[in-house]
Amino acid sequence: MGDTPPDPEPRPQQPSSRRSSQVSQRRSRELSHLPPTISEEVPRIAFDDRVLQSGQGILASQNNFQDWSSGPLLTQQENLTMFQAEEDQLGGVEYPSLNMGFQPQPYLEEGGIQAARNTSLMQQLQQGQGSLFQQLNSAYLETQPNFLGQFSMYQGEDLQFNQGAPHGPYMRDDPALQYSPSELGFMPFNVEVPEPEPRELAVQNAKAYLLQTSVSCSLSLYEHLVNLLTKILNQRPEDPLSLLESLNRTTQWEWFHPRLDTMRDDPEMEPTYETADRQKGLFLRSGAAGEGEQEMEEEVAETAVPNVMETAFYFEQAGVALSSDESFRIFMALKQLVEQQPIHTCRFWGKVLGLSRSYLVAEVEFREGEEEGEEEEVEEPMEGGEGLDAHAEEEGEEDEEKVTDVIPKPMWKPPPVIPKEESRSGTNKYLYFVCNEPGRPWTRLPHVTPIQIVQARKIKKFFTGYLDAPVISFPPFPGNEASYLRAQIARISAATHISPLGFYQFGEEEGDEEEGGAGRDSYEENPDFEGIPVLELVDSMANWVHHTQHILPQGRCTWVNPLQKTEEEEELGEEEEKADEGLEDMEQEVGPPLLTPLSEDAGSLRTSTLAGATSTVPRTSTPLCQPPFSTSTPAARKSWK
Amino acid sequence: MDAESLLLSLELASGSGQGLSPDRRASLLTSLTLVKRDYRYDRVLFWGRILGLVADYYIAQGLSEDQLAPRKTLYSLNCMEWSLLPPATEDMVVQTSVVKGRFMGDPSHEYEHTELQKMSEGEKVFEEEVVVQIKEETRLVSVIDQIDKAVAVIPRGALFKTPFGPIHVNRTFEGLSLSEAKKLSSYFHFREPVELKNKTLLEKADLDPSLDFMDSLEHDIPKGSWSIQMERGNALVVLRSLLWPGLTFFHAPRTKNCGYIYVGTGEKNIDLPFML
Repeated sequence: MGDTPPDPEPRPQQPSSRRSSQVSQRRSRELSHLPPTISEEVPRIAFDDRVLQSGQGILASQNNFQDWSSGPLLTQQENLTMFQAEEDQLGGVEYPSLNMGFQPQPYLEEGGIQAARNTSLMQQLQQGQGSLFQQLNSAYLETQPNFLGQFSMYQGEDLQFNQGAPHGPYMRDDPALQYSPSELGFMPFNVEVPEPEPRELAVQNAKAYLLQTSVSCSLSLYEHLVNLLTKILNQRPEDPLSLLESLNRTTQWEWFHPRLDTMRDDPEMEPTYETADRQKGLFLRSGAAGEGEQEMEEEVAETAVPNVMETAFYFEQAGVALSSDESFRIFMALKQLVEQQPIHTCRFWGKVLGLSRSYLVAEVEFREGEEEGEEEEVEEPMEGGEGLDAHAEEEGEEDEEKVTDVIPKPMWKPPPVIPKEESRSGTNKYLYFVCNEPGRPWTRLPHVTPIQIVQARKIKKFFTGYLDAPVISFPPFPGNEASYLRAQIARISAATHISPLGFYQFGEEEGDEEEGGAGRDSYEENPDFEGIPVLELVDSMANWVHHTQHILPQGRCTWVNPLQKTEEEEELGEEEEKADEGLEDMEQEVGPPLLTPLSEDAGSLRTSTLAGATSTVPRTSTPLCQPPFSTSTPAARKSWK
Repeated sequence: MDAESLLLSLELASGSGQGLSPDRRASLLTSLTLVKRDYRYDRVLFWGRILGLVADYYIAQGLSEDQLAPRKTLYSLNCMEWSLLPPATEDMVVQTSVVKGRFMGDPSHEYEHTELQKMSEGEKVFEEEVVVQIKEETRLVSVIDQIDKAVAVIPRGALFKTPFGPIHVNRTFEGLSLSEAKKLSSYFHFREPVELKNKTLLEKADLDPSLDFMDSLEHDIPKGSWSIQMERGNALVVLRSLLWPGLTFFHAPRTKNCGYIYVGTGEKNIDLPFML
């Protein structure tokens, strides 16, 4: 049946939906330039693409006024009618609106006339609509010239629609457009303006072609190029040719992703704003507190808040630094902590990096007499547990005497639980608070137990950033991430907090004897400290001393014999006593006393494994999963030098 | 990180706690511009710092027009005088894989490694202990190369491939959007692609050949070897490698700022699968 339908792809695209507002926009633009926007006003029709593309010209003109005069349904029917008539009656049917599409606004009023014609056309609707689409293309092409002759309404325009010359007196300007006779086939038309020059006509045709839009895309090439060139001219980038493809892509993207209305909240930026709000609270609170009470001025000198900015400055000189605004925020957060809790001294211990979030750790001492309520709650369940165990064992013994056939009790007894150290002594000398970010509330970490330290020495795990996350490892760690964090903090503090020799000294006590290594556990600042020259500090490790207590293999700083019989254990049967006797010869563990110089650290003269080099620099003893940013007291710690 | 935006990049990458002292920063600013002029590089990157026991190595890299071409690596001990390092070869990597432990900090330091080699003299075959000397410089080169191949990161869209082959910096890169920034698939390894050809056709159909020509971080083994965090609310996304601890990649979404820096001991974290 006629020519094969031209390839629909290269055709200029038609829109599948047009909002009436766009219609009006286009219309107003049309006024300014003559060439009709052929495909703009196609309303949403249930046609497939092929139909639309093939019937472009017809549709466009048809629908230009259909929008205004009748609903889309009518238009659809009108189109059907058109095509129907096309194939059945090649002549004698009026298609008055065909030409009207290409006329500027003044012809809109003639929609009423169209309505009358529409009814007549609708009668033809009944005829074989099914075969409509298949024959559409061919019929369309064939009837192209005939169409023009059917415009009885506009006799005057017939001059331009000679049947004999299917393409009219104007020349098809774009040789590439072999397949779309329709758009170019119809003249830009205005009775009032004299017929334009052929060249001008060609330009207008080209522009008309560029202004087309398609079913799938509402952006015409013309508009896109306008946007692109405007963008380039506004921004004036260097070497625009090399940027052309990228700019092309971004311009298109911007068309389809318009910026949100300023009144709406950007959902992606929500967390940023929340954090900013929280941190604003940090700054405001400190301001309010300062202004509120004049009494605060007296206490300024004694405030527990450390001068984080000063220490950060020194660390920055050493190459270990958080950015300055982060340091300031940490300072604000510590201030907040000091206000909330009864704190005697406070120090920024450091930052521990985690997988999802990081921890900021503050080392804190409560004021004298401030007993932490949480402590007692934790202890009670433990005592309850021990009582139950004793009771269960007693019952077991009774059963044994009565029943002969009983499952043998396992001889294994778990090793005795080593009691944790008292607060304010040994590993629990300080309390630690953590938070994820400055502005978030501070959480207190529980005291560390010796078994946790012992187990922490055996495993190596990353921190996730959530305190209640379980620590899944082998050997199993007794506790969740909060306990693991606390254990690591204890180990790091014990191993790496150092100061120059002489900065701290032991207080003068009357009882100066050693108790088998339990020695002194307190020190005080030496008022007569004069400082050691930097060269000496770098050269010899003997000028640096530890000022935290070493943790024994047991997990405590002071040794405790776990086999000492407590009152509860004495109530147990004889069997346990016999088992205990074998273990009584446990040795007391001894560690280096406080204020031991670094030169006596284990590993100071150790040769490193395969490299064969002798390393005379003491290594930090604890292998850490993430390098924590740990600080010591006011003397800057020189680690890697 | 680009030497041209050094200060801002250092500031953004400082969340890991390892920064540079002000005197180092100032020296870097001046010396890197001189390096760019002298060696005629298109772009100079400050790669990072390898911590040694006695001294630290500061590493810079120079790139030519083609971003994926082999880079020239320079090192310095004081951030002022830079020395060119030889390019890495396979042999170097194999040789230095036996060296463990920290870097000394002295480039002329030699590690002694004894190995048993089979020597044949005439008909006898016996094993003899041979002491192999490995220079620290060689070790440095191979470590830098390994880190680059394993964990150098670039966001999707920052580079684009031209039809002629060379890879250029995309000057219209406006940054990743927030939703894209949180996904590992929007970040690529900054090296020649290895896994790309193994993708199925279906996957390849969705790729844009001018942008997706490198491997993404999504399929790194072991899974979870990257820690991705948002800092400062959502204003900064930071990726930290867990395989080479110390490598930090930062990107401010919706802006062009991105870069990576390595500050660490130069040791691979082989315990990674146990630590996750």
